[in-house]
Amino acid sequence: MALFQSQSDAQLKLMDAAVRMRGRSLWQDALERFRRNTAAMGGVIVLCLIALMSMIGPLISPYTLEDLSWEAIGIAPTMTNSHWFGTDDTGRDLWVLTWMGARVSLTIGVMTTIVAMSIGVIYGATAGYAGGRTGNAMMRFVDVLYALPLLFFIIILVTVFGRNIYLVFLAIGCVEWLTMARIVRGQTLSVKRKDYIEAALASGVRTGTIIRRHVIPNVIGPVIVYVTLLVPTNILVESYLSFLGLGVQEPLTSWGVLISRGANSLETAPWLLLIPATFLAITMFCFNFIGDGLRDALDPKDR
Amino acid sequence: MLSFALKRLAIAAPTLFIIVSLSFFLMHTAPGGPFDAEANLEPQIIANLKAAYDLDKPLFQQYLIYLGKVAQGEFGPSIRYQDRSVTQLIATGLPVSLRIGLSAIFIAAMIGISLGITAALNQNKTTDYVVMGVAMTGIAVPSFVLAPLMTLIFGVILKLLPIATLEPGGSLARTFPAIAPLTPYILPIIALAIPQVAIISRLTRGAMIEVLRQNYIRTARAKGLAERRVVWRHALQAGLLPVVSYLGPAIAGIVTGAVVVETIFQLPGMGRFFVQGAINRDYPLVLGIVIIFATAVIAMNLIVDLLYGVLDPKVKAGD
Repeated sequence: MALFQSQSDAQLKLMDAAVRMRGRSLWQDALERFRRNTAAMGGVIVLCLIALMSMIGPLISPYTLEDLSWEAIGIAPTMTNSHWFGTDDTGRDLWVLTWMGARVSLTIGVMTTIVAMSIGVIYGATAGYAGGRTGNAMMRFVDVLYALPLLFFIIILVTVFGRNIYLVFLAIGCVEWLTMARIVRGQTLSVKRKDYIEAALASGVRTGTIIRRHVIPNVIGPVIVYVTLLVPTNILVESYLSFLGLGVQEPLTSWGVLISRGANSLETAPWLLLIPATFLAITMFCFNFIGDGLRDALDPKDR
Repeated sequence: MLSFALKRLAIAAPTLFIIVSLSFFLMHTAPGGPFDAEANLEPQIIANLKAAYDLDKPLFQQYLIYLGKVAQGEFGPSIRYQDRSVTQLIATGLPVSLRIGLSAIFIAAMIGISLGITAALNQNKTTDYVVMGVAMTGIAVPSFVLAPLMTLIFGVILKLLPIATLEPGGSLARTFPAIAPLTPYILPIIALAIPQVAIISRLTRGAMIEVLRQNYIRTARAKGLAERRVVWRHALQAGLLPVVSYLGPAIAGIVTGAVVVETIFQLPGMGRFFVQGAINRDYPLVLGIVIIFATAVIAMNLIVDLLYGVLDPKVKAGD
């Protein structure tokens, strides 16, 4: 009897465990795996700190973007007169410049990614869902664009249409959606054959609604991973443009602008390059760690 | 295989046409023109200048004239560099860019693949972490940060290499006269290659890890083949497929990287001509360079596709 008792106890425990396991969704599982990834969690924390500092950093400093300290031109980082990161060759405070640059760089990274994601997801989902001749033609077009050095088009766009920041958003976003479209199409093709899509079709749901309500939510995993990798890419693209003098224009600043100016005075004032470059590199690292972490967390293959 | 090649070729031609048309209309429909900077010219002189470059004709006619010229292999006169044709400018710039670009891609492939294999064979060991850490740094630190730093260290402080010139110089050239002509290219090539090394090594590592788990590798090991032979003969062929297909985008990356690197090192290459041309609205120069670069990238993609067809039996069987 006691034997039976303990056996059924064990069974109960097992069933209990099984129930609890089934109760956890894919997303909770992924979150749990992501939390255990030290590099990725570190990336999240550092990135939050940088974002926070970009908001409050300029407020802490006694200086503003417009202040020119005539008595402190091109001084090295110091604690004595609150130029914590030093000043540039016109006496502007690098601490303020760096965090204002962070605002612009991060905003551009996020905004361009939103543009690219919207285009890519809609295009890819439509191509995948339409399939057949239409879908193939749509992807052929992507193939054609894929073969181009697209930075050239961005350069032509911003040189001929003026260098305002919204154009930079749009130009980068309009160019960087291709990989997204490919990923989403591949996912959509595999989701399309699932029974729940057939059920929706059978009950007369319209195509647009099926794509929006059933297809997109189910292909979102790889999209999230790619988005975290696209943000740093786009921050870099903006920095390239700014470095060439084609991106953000004064008085706005970005890390690319700061690095470009710092590169010119590297011998006399290396901190002007090194400080913004360090923050840019840290941000790149963080996004890449987070992206890798998300991929490991969301990819069921390695479980 | 032949039909596959022809199909790819059939896509390449219209692609080039689309690129030329798109760039042409983008540049010409934009407000402003190449003579805006010369503000104090008489209107009549500007009109004459415009007429000399056919800029006074309707846009579509300009387009047809331009297409006609390109079909004859001629890119017209440069607007900014007035006594030289675009073809002449490209003839001086292209060898510089080709030398840097091809060396960079070759070096990046060699180093990237070796690093990737090393990391894959030591998966989750210290070597792996070190290699991948270095690769991550190569991605996180862009070339426009690396290039000025390298210039400062190797050019200004150590005086090993010449900077901002194509003339040989620096102590390296004096110590080893045999490699002196190469010295001006060393830093630009490194700056251009490093990001690609990073990407290629990550790609190779991922692909090799996947391949090394396959059954046929286990079989090869089980039948007692030397590890070296298993890796180099059996695993590498499949493991390199993603790298081969990356070579197309890599060329595009090198081409765009060249714009920045040539600007930093002040080399008279195509990339620098392109940026200056775009800023000065030198329509013929920009279009000429776009055509050359697009042709190079498309040709590379074509070669990669064909190479892929040879390497991957699945593609061969499918077509």
